[in-house]
Amino acid sequence: MSDTITLKYDVSTDDFTRAGEASSDVKRKLKNMNVNPEAVRKVAIAMYEGEINMVIHANGGVITVTIDPDCITMILADKGPGIPDIAKAMQAGYSTAPDNVRDLGFGAGMGLPNMKKYSDDMKIETELGVGTTVTMKVFLAA
Amino acid sequence: MTVKELIDSGKFEVVNVGAATDTKITDVFCCDLLSIAMSRGIEGAAWVTVMGNINTLAVLSLTDMSCIVLAEGTNLDQAAKAKAIEQKITVLRTDEPEFKAGLYIHGKLG
Repeated sequence: MSDTITLKYDVSTDDFTRAGEASSDVKRKLKNMNVNPEAVRKVAIAMYEGEINMVIHANGGVITVTIDPDCITMILADKGPGIPDIAKAMQAGYSTAPDNVRDLGFGAGMGLPNMKKYSDDMKIETELGVGTTVTMKVFLAA
Repeated sequence: MTVKELIDSGKFEVVNVGAATDTKITDVFCCDLLSIAMSRGIEGAAWVTVMGNINTLAVLSLTDMSCIVLAEGTNLDQAAKAKAIEQKITVLRTDEPEFKAGLYIHGKLG
């Protein structure tokens, strides 16, 4: 694998029936590229959590995945309400998900903590009323 | 024990047979919160849960667990059933509680 590959996904608003499709597609492609299974798992978990967050909190958005020989970069950009308190949002167990979302098995307050845990580097840029961009990297061992 | 052997045990009602029935069941995983299942799901495990929605299927395929066993009389909703058929995911169900269903499968793992 020597070339850079870029994948782009539109994440629909409030569409839980399609949530996870982007992550599943990336996982399938990485497996086909023989990326090591641990990195594939990390990308799948981190991206799925981000994808679900976009559906729950941000009216959808766009995910761009760049696959380089040494790194997989996921950029999740939305035009949602922004995160008022990142430190609080990063606390395991803290959630602002509504009841209908909790009924689906989400809202455990594990989304952002899982994204941080399963990526090797994570950066959150957010502005209230404008949106949030989360950039996550998973490094590939040489 | 393989997924097929679990189906053939007759212990569970078959919601969808699925395609990867030769997969070896490596463990049992019981959990209803999808974020926890996403991060802790064990590859090859039979996942016992009461969550029968389409996101359960997404988590199963992302974590490479082997099959879903719905407990406490729960079932897939209509959209999830269509997706399980489309994605060829094995889904079983039982009226028993999660613990008893999981214990049964664990006892068969040898």
